[in-house]
Amino acid sequence: MATTSMTMAKALNEGLRRALEKDKKVLLMGEDIGKLGGVFRITDGLQKDFGEDRVIDAPLAESAIVGTAVGLAIRGYRTVCEIQFDGFVYPAFDQIVSQVAKLHKRSDGVYTMGLVIRLPFQGGIGAIEHHSESPEAYFAQTAGLRVVSCSTPNDAYWMIQQAVEHDDPIIFCEPKSRYWEKGDVDLDSPPHGLFDSVVRREGEDVTVIGYGSSVKTILRAADTAQSEGRSLEVIDARSLAPLDLGPMITSLEKTGRLVVVQEAPNTASLGSELVATLTERCFYSLRAPGIRVSGYHVPYPPSRIEDAFRPSVERILDAVDRVMGYES
Amino acid sequence: MIDEKLVQLLTPEGERISHPQYESTLSGDQILGFYRDMVIVRRLCNESTSLQRQGQLALWAPVQGQEGAQIGAGRALEPMDFTFPSYREHGVAWCRGVPPEDMLRIFRAVTTGGWDPQKYRHSVPTVVLGNQALHAVGYAMGVQRDGAEEAVMTFFGDGASSQGDVLESFVWAASFNAPVVFFCQNNQWGISTPSTLQSKVPLYRRAPGFGFPGIRVDGNDVLAVYEVTKRALDNARAGNGPTLIEAYTYRMGAHTTSDDPTRYRVDAEVEVWKHRDPIERVKALLAREYRVKGSTFEEVNAEADLMALKLREDVLAMGPPDPISMFENVYADVHPLIEEGRREMIELGVSGGGR
Repeated sequence: MATTSMTMAKALNEGLRRALEKDKKVLLMGEDIGKLGGVFRITDGLQKDFGEDRVIDAPLAESAIVGTAVGLAIRGYRTVCEIQFDGFVYPAFDQIVSQVAKLHKRSDGVYTMGLVIRLPFQGGIGAIEHHSESPEAYFAQTAGLRVVSCSTPNDAYWMIQQAVEHDDPIIFCEPKSRYWEKGDVDLDSPPHGLFDSVVRREGEDVTVIGYGSSVKTILRAADTAQSEGRSLEVIDARSLAPLDLGPMITSLEKTGRLVVVQEAPNTASLGSELVATLTERCFYSLRAPGIRVSGYHVPYPPSRIEDAFRPSVERILDAVDRVMGYES
Repeated sequence: MIDEKLVQLLTPEGERISHPQYESTLSGDQILGFYRDMVIVRRLCNESTSLQRQGQLALWAPVQGQEGAQIGAGRALEPMDFTFPSYREHGVAWCRGVPPEDMLRIFRAVTTGGWDPQKYRHSVPTVVLGNQALHAVGYAMGVQRDGAEEAVMTFFGDGASSQGDVLESFVWAASFNAPVVFFCQNNQWGISTPSTLQSKVPLYRRAPGFGFPGIRVDGNDVLAVYEVTKRALDNARAGNGPTLIEAYTYRMGAHTTSDDPTRYRVDAEVEVWKHRDPIERVKALLAREYRVKGSTFEEVNAEADLMALKLREDVLAMGPPDPISMFENVYADVHPLIEEGRREMIELGVSGGGR
């Protein structure tokens, strides 16, 4: 097994490089992705190696980035769109929801919308407004779309390739605060399917589910809990639409206690969906109501105070205390 | 009211007039063919309005008055070109070979599409205004990458010309020199909103600001529309980039069968445009210049009536699809929520699950 250590940013870059090598119909399009390599350097060097026709520097209009990718998909191309930051995806929202999500259906299956919309999401990088949002639920609720999120370099490397190869449109959420953290990448074979949830740490007392940047925070909370004699089972949801409930149900049947962690606010969120669905499926196994640890119901705050907004180890442990506090 | 730069080759009275840049290349047989197209499309439109009034369609978007613009543009296309319409392009769809009954499926509310877009090289209707202009430019970028000599044309109206997507598509088409023709039917009204509210300059004059030519053509003159569109498509195929065509025309009917134009426009205006009818002027030309007989016009009418009769039969035979069909083609690959919904519907007995 050939493993090599690299950052998530490099893993995405290498994954995109392989996708471009494997299929001549794969294109990249986004703002500043050519010479600059993207504001996060995810596409660094790719335009130089694959040319301006395949790694396309786009004029500054998100709706057009996605809208022209739709036309390219109808022509048989697979475009990976880079939206520069989460908060800039809304100009493209109409194309994503009205066209990308619905054209396979409207054309009676004739059109294949095999395109990927990469979305650096979540906060934690000390940015100004519109650069730290968690818009995943908007897309997860729309039939026709799939939404995934990576949390490790290995997943980033493989999931981006799997997403490019998939025939459905995929919103690919990248936790930008983890771009620069290193991890082992297995260059030979993918660890999981694109839509699998994965147990990152086994435990007995409480099942804690998260995705993206939250996964590492939960793992840190699990370390602390361990030292306090509590055993947390940590699940990385990875696929937000559809949800892979199997491993979550198995886990809850063991622990009977559920905490879900997300940076998005509670209302109508993935966390809400997970708690509701898992309560339906695991009602007789549950020993406490599922609790969500989320961002607050406020616009993403100025980043000097973002740590008080984002789920922290302390808030996760507090939620663990609360679910443990219910008598069984 | 009409710009002096308007390209016109046939007056409303059916007299040929010369234009410094364009002349008609059409034979008498071709003009008779266009006449037949326009009569059939108008008949299709009238039959559809009747079907809606009789409760057989949920809605209809009349095309009456715009037949010249749509047939002229539609007939200028080559078979391999690809078109991205809005929801009123019944004349273009006719030229692309879409069966009339397929055009009505969306209005019968039995589908959200209606035909195979790859078979006819005519995309499915786009109801959100202007979205399709970006699809056309993206498709044209694919044509460029394939090294193919094909052109792409997208259709929208004066109302949609205010949409960001249309303006973004102008930027993209210019920047990438995309082989696309923007065909804007300025039919003067966006439901109740006059085109003068959409733009303070004639729409075709927007194009030079984006870096490509714009041209205004008498949209009720099928001869002029054909020549102007053909040249724009040839230019696109030759790698000379995009063109905006503003076909200056008029929506004689309501926006849709749910609309009431008497609330916002005066009869006198409609009367003026009646005299600019796209069909009557061609009929006058055919009778005078090509000695086409009354019996030939009668034959065309009879053919249109026959089409309408068949259309009516086809529409009445269109029952609602099996509810289970709502789960088909939502995703290309298996999806647990689709399977769950399908299962529930069968368990509830709402559908037998047949395909």
